[in-house]
Amino acid sequence: MPGAADNLFRALSDPTRRAIFERLTRNGELTVHALTERAGVSQPMVSKHLSALKRAKLVRHRRHGRETHYQARPEALAPLADWIGHYGAFWQNKMDRLGELLERMEP
Amino acid sequence: MTTSDTRSVIVEKQFPHPPAKVWRALTESSLIEQWLMKNDFQPNTGHAFQLRADPVPNWNGIIDCKVVAVEPNRTLSYTWGTLGMESLVTFTLTPTDTGTHLRMEQAGFRPDQEANYKGAQYGWNKFMGGLERVVGQLV
Repeated sequence: MPGAADNLFRALSDPTRRAIFERLTRNGELTVHALTERAGVSQPMVSKHLSALKRAKLVRHRRHGRETHYQARPEALAPLADWIGHYGAFWQNKMDRLGELLERMEP
Repeated sequence: MTTSDTRSVIVEKQFPHPPAKVWRALTESSLIEQWLMKNDFQPNTGHAFQLRADPVPNWNGIIDCKVVAVEPNRTLSYTWGTLGMESLVTFTLTPTDTGTHLRMEQAGFRPDQEANYKGAQYGWNKFMGGLERVVGQLV
Protein backbone atom coordinates (compact mmCIF):
# COMPACT_ATOMS: atom_id res chain seq x y z
CA MET A 1 0.00 0.00 0.00
CA PRO A 2 1.51 3.30 -1.04
CA GLY A 3 2.45 5.24 2.08
CA ALA A 4 3.13 8.31 -0.05
CA ALA A 5 -0.64 8.75 -0.25
CA ASP A 6 -0.66 9.56 3.47
CA ASN A 7 0.15 13.28 2.92
CA LEU A 8 -2.53 13.48 0.32
CA PHE A 9 -5.21 12.07 2.63
CA ARG A 10 -4.21 14.48 5.38
CA ALA A 11 -4.51 17.43 3.00
CA LEU A 12 -7.93 16.24 1.86
CA SER A 13 -9.21 15.45 5.35
CA ASP A 14 -10.39 19.04 5.83
CA PRO A 15 -13.68 19.97 4.13
CA THR A 16 -12.67 23.62 3.62
CA ARG A 17 -9.52 22.46 1.82
CA ARG A 18 -11.51 20.05 -0.32
CA ALA A 19 -13.89 22.87 -1.25
CA ILE A 20 -10.98 25.14 -2.19
CA PHE A 21 -9.38 22.40 -4.25
CA GLU A 22 -12.64 21.59 -6.01
CA ARG A 23 -13.23 25.25 -6.87
CA LEU A 24 -9.79 25.39 -8.43
CA THR A 25 -10.46 22.28 -10.53
CA ARG A 26 -13.69 23.90 -11.78
CA ASN A 27 -12.53 27.48 -12.30
CA GLY A 28 -8.95 27.18 -13.43
CA GLU A 29 -6.73 29.81 -11.85
CA LEU A 30 -7.94 31.93 -8.92
CA THR A 31 -6.32 34.50 -6.62
CA VAL A 32 -6.30 34.21 -2.84
CA HIS A 33 -8.77 37.10 -2.76
CA ALA A 34 -11.21 35.36 -5.09
CA LEU A 35 -10.93 32.15 -3.07
CA THR A 36 -11.49 34.01 0.21
CA GLU A 37 -14.75 35.59 -1.01
CA ARG A 38 -16.43 32.20 -1.23
CA ALA A 39 -14.54 30.12 1.33
CA GLY A 40 -16.43 31.32 4.40
CA VAL A 41 -13.17 31.76 6.35
CA SER A 42 -10.63 34.58 6.69
CA GLN A 43 -7.85 35.22 4.21
CA PRO A 44 -5.09 34.04 6.58
CA MET A 45 -7.02 30.77 6.99
CA VAL A 46 -7.37 30.41 3.22
CA SER A 47 -3.62 30.97 2.88
CA LYS A 48 -2.97 28.32 5.53
CA HIS A 49 -5.17 25.84 3.70
CA LEU A 50 -3.43 26.65 0.43
CA SER A 51 -0.07 25.89 2.07
CA ALA A 52 -1.34 22.45 3.09
CA LEU A 53 -2.62 21.83 -0.43
CA LYS A 54 0.76 22.96 -1.78
CA ARG A 55 2.60 20.51 0.49
CA ALA A 56 0.49 17.69 -0.93
CA LYS A 57 1.26 19.04 -4.42
CA LEU A 58 -2.45 19.49 -5.03
CA VAL A 59 -2.01 23.12 -6.14
CA ARG A 60 0.66 25.19 -7.84
CA HIS A 61 1.00 28.96 -7.61
CA ARG A 62 2.56 31.89 -9.42
CA ARG A 63 2.97 35.50 -8.34
CA HIS A 64 1.69 38.21 -10.62
CA GLY A 65 2.18 41.74 -9.30
CA ARG A 66 0.83 41.81 -5.75
CA GLU A 67 -1.45 38.83 -6.24
CA THR A 68 -0.69 35.13 -5.94
CA HIS A 69 -2.62 32.96 -8.38
CA TYR A 70 -3.41 29.33 -7.59
CA GLN A 71 -4.13 26.45 -9.93
CA ALA A 72 -5.21 22.86 -9.16
CA ARG A 73 -2.95 19.93 -9.97
CA PRO A 74 -5.54 17.15 -10.31
CA GLU A 75 -2.81 14.70 -11.33
CA ALA A 76 -1.74 14.77 -7.66
CA LEU A 77 -4.92 12.77 -6.91
CA ALA A 78 -3.63 9.76 -8.84
CA PRO A 79 -2.27 7.98 -5.71
CA LEU A 80 -5.79 8.08 -4.25
CA ALA A 81 -7.29 6.39 -7.30
CA ASP A 82 -4.37 3.90 -7.35
CA TRP A 83 -4.82 3.14 -3.69
CA ILE A 84 -8.48 2.27 -4.08
CA GLY A 85 -7.80 0.31 -7.28
CA HIS A 86 -5.16 -1.60 -5.34
CA TYR A 87 -7.89 -3.05 -3.12
CA GLY A 88 -9.58 -4.67 -6.13
CA ALA A 89 -6.52 -6.87 -6.70
CA PHE A 90 -6.08 -7.36 -2.94
CA TRP A 91 -9.59 -8.78 -2.42
CA GLN A 92 -9.48 -10.88 -5.58
CA ASN A 93 -6.38 -12.56 -4.19
CA LYS A 94 -7.88 -13.00 -0.72
CA MET A 95 -11.07 -14.51 -2.13
CA ASP A 96 -8.97 -17.09 -3.99
CA ARG A 97 -7.24 -17.96 -0.71
CA LEU A 98 -10.63 -18.20 1.00
CA GLY A 99 -11.68 -20.71 -1.67
CA GLU A 100 -8.57 -22.79 -0.97
CA LEU A 101 -9.22 -22.68 2.78
CA LEU A 102 -12.83 -23.85 2.29
CA GLU A 103 -11.51 -26.87 0.36
CA ARG A 104 -9.23 -27.77 3.29
CA MET A 105 -11.86 -27.29 6.01
CA GLU A 106 -13.99 -30.11 7.42
CA PRO A 107 -17.54 -29.97 5.95
CA MET B 1 -15.73 -10.45 -10.73
CA THR B 2 -14.15 -7.19 -9.65
CA THR B 3 -15.47 -3.74 -10.18
CA SER B 4 -13.97 -0.60 -8.78
CA ASP B 5 -14.37 3.10 -9.11
CA THR B 6 -13.11 5.75 -6.74
CA ARG B 7 -15.86 5.02 -4.23
CA SER B 8 -16.06 1.26 -3.82
CA VAL B 9 -14.48 -2.07 -4.58
CA ILE B 10 -16.76 -5.06 -5.15
CA VAL B 11 -15.54 -8.64 -5.48
CA GLU B 12 -18.02 -11.48 -5.92
CA LYS B 13 -17.31 -15.20 -5.91
CA GLN B 14 -19.20 -18.46 -5.98
CA PHE B 15 -18.14 -21.22 -3.56
CA PRO B 16 -19.30 -24.88 -3.68
CA HIS B 17 -19.79 -24.82 0.09
CA PRO B 18 -22.82 -24.05 2.27
CA PRO B 19 -23.18 -20.54 3.79
CA ALA B 20 -22.59 -21.86 7.34
CA LYS B 21 -19.13 -23.07 6.34
CA VAL B 22 -18.23 -19.85 4.53
CA TRP B 23 -19.49 -17.95 7.58
CA ARG B 24 -17.08 -19.86 9.83
CA ALA B 25 -14.17 -18.90 7.58
CA LEU B 26 -15.23 -15.26 7.81
CA THR B 27 -15.74 -15.16 11.58
CA GLU B 28 -13.37 -17.60 13.35
CA SER B 29 -10.11 -15.88 14.18
CA SER B 30 -7.83 -18.84 13.37
CA LEU B 31 -9.58 -19.37 10.04
CA ILE B 32 -9.52 -15.65 9.13
CA GLU B 33 -5.76 -15.76 9.64
CA GLN B 34 -5.47 -18.52 7.04
CA TRP B 35 -6.99 -16.53 4.18
CA LEU B 36 -6.86 -12.86 5.24
CA MET B 37 -4.52 -11.75 8.03
CA LYS B 38 -3.53 -12.28 11.65
CA ASN B 39 -6.28 -10.84 13.81
CA ASP B 40 -8.11 -10.64 17.15
CA PHE B 41 -11.56 -10.70 15.58
CA GLN B 42 -14.69 -11.57 17.56
CA PRO B 43 -18.12 -11.72 15.93
CA ASN B 44 -19.68 -9.15 18.26
CA THR B 45 -21.11 -5.82 17.14
CA GLY B 46 -18.94 -2.97 18.43
CA HIS B 47 -15.86 -5.19 18.95
CA ALA B 48 -12.69 -3.34 17.99
CA PHE B 49 -9.96 -5.49 16.47
CA GLN B 50 -6.84 -5.32 14.34
CA LEU B 51 -5.81 -7.09 11.19
CA ARG B 52 -2.03 -7.40 10.96
CA ALA B 53 -0.03 -7.86 7.79
CA ASP B 54 3.77 -7.90 7.58
CA PRO B 55 5.06 -4.31 7.86
CA VAL B 56 6.52 -2.76 4.71
CA PRO B 57 8.33 0.58 4.23
CA ASN B 58 5.91 3.43 5.00
CA TRP B 59 3.27 1.08 6.37
CA ASN B 60 3.16 -0.66 9.76
CA GLY B 61 0.87 -3.38 8.40
CA ILE B 62 -1.90 -2.64 10.89
CA ILE B 63 -5.55 -2.21 9.93
CA ASP B 64 -7.84 -0.95 12.71
CA CYS B 65 -11.32 -2.37 12.50
CA LYS B 66 -14.62 -2.34 14.35
CA VAL B 67 -17.48 -4.78 13.88
CA VAL B 68 -20.56 -2.93 12.61
CA ALA B 69 -23.01 -5.73 11.77
CA VAL B 70 -23.20 -9.47 12.43
CA GLU B 71 -26.08 -11.48 10.99
CA PRO B 72 -24.99 -15.16 11.14
CA ASN B 73 -24.68 -16.87 7.75
CA ARG B 74 -25.89 -13.71 5.97
CA THR B 75 -24.02 -10.46 6.60
CA LEU B 76 -20.82 -9.32 8.27
CA SER B 77 -19.48 -5.80 8.12
CA TYR B 78 -16.63 -3.97 9.78
CA THR B 79 -14.82 -0.66 9.42
CA TRP B 80 -11.34 -0.79 7.90
CA GLY B 81 -8.94 2.00 8.89
CA THR B 82 -5.34 2.37 7.78
CA LEU B 83 -3.02 5.09 6.47
CA GLY B 84 -5.42 7.79 7.58
CA MET B 85 -8.28 6.43 5.50
CA GLU B 86 -11.36 4.62 6.72
CA SER B 87 -13.75 2.48 4.73
CA LEU B 88 -16.45 -0.10 5.40
CA VAL B 89 -16.07 -3.75 4.39
CA THR B 90 -19.30 -5.75 4.02
CA PHE B 91 -19.60 -9.46 3.25
CA THR B 92 -22.98 -10.69 2.04
CA LEU B 93 -23.69 -14.44 1.77
CA THR B 94 -26.49 -15.77 -0.42
CA PRO B 95 -27.31 -19.50 -0.61
CA THR B 96 -27.39 -20.95 -4.13
CA ASP B 97 -28.27 -24.40 -5.57
CA THR B 98 -24.61 -25.36 -5.51
CA GLY B 99 -23.29 -23.52 -2.45
CA THR B 100 -22.80 -19.87 -1.59
CA HIS B 101 -22.51 -16.64 -3.49
CA LEU B 102 -20.22 -14.28 -1.55
CA ARG B 103 -20.13 -10.56 -2.22
CA MET B 104 -17.47 -8.34 -0.66
CA GLU B 105 -17.91 -4.61 -0.91
CA GLN B 106 -15.41 -2.10 0.43
CA ALA B 107 -16.97 1.33 0.31
CA GLY B 108 -17.04 4.84 1.70
CA PHE B 109 -13.33 5.58 1.51
CA ARG B 110 -12.73 8.79 3.43
CA PRO B 111 -10.16 10.30 5.76
CA ASP B 112 -10.66 8.90 9.25
CA GLN B 113 -10.45 12.40 10.72
CA GLU B 114 -13.81 13.13 9.12
CA ALA B 115 -15.55 12.70 12.48
CA ASN B 116 -13.79 15.87 13.64
CA TYR B 117 -15.63 17.88 11.04
CA LYS B 118 -19.22 16.98 11.73
CA GLY B 119 -21.63 19.52 10.35
CA ALA B 120 -19.17 20.58 7.72
CA GLN B 121 -20.90 21.92 4.67
CA TYR B 122 -18.71 20.08 2.27
CA GLY B 123 -18.89 16.31 2.60
CA TRP B 124 -16.46 13.65 1.51
CA ASN B 125 -19.03 11.86 -0.67
CA LYS B 126 -19.59 14.98 -2.70
CA PHE B 127 -15.86 15.37 -3.06
CA MET B 128 -15.45 11.79 -4.23
CA GLY B 129 -18.16 12.36 -6.82
CA GLY B 130 -16.15 15.29 -8.14
CA LEU B 131 -12.96 13.25 -7.91
CA GLU B 132 -14.30 10.66 -10.34
CA ARG B 133 -14.84 13.38 -12.88
CA VAL B 134 -11.36 14.80 -12.30
CA VAL B 135 -9.57 11.46 -12.41
CA GLY B 136 -11.57 10.51 -15.50
CA GLN B 137 -10.09 13.51 -17.27
CA LEU B 138 -6.54 12.39 -16.47
CA VAL B 139 -6.59 9.30 -18.67
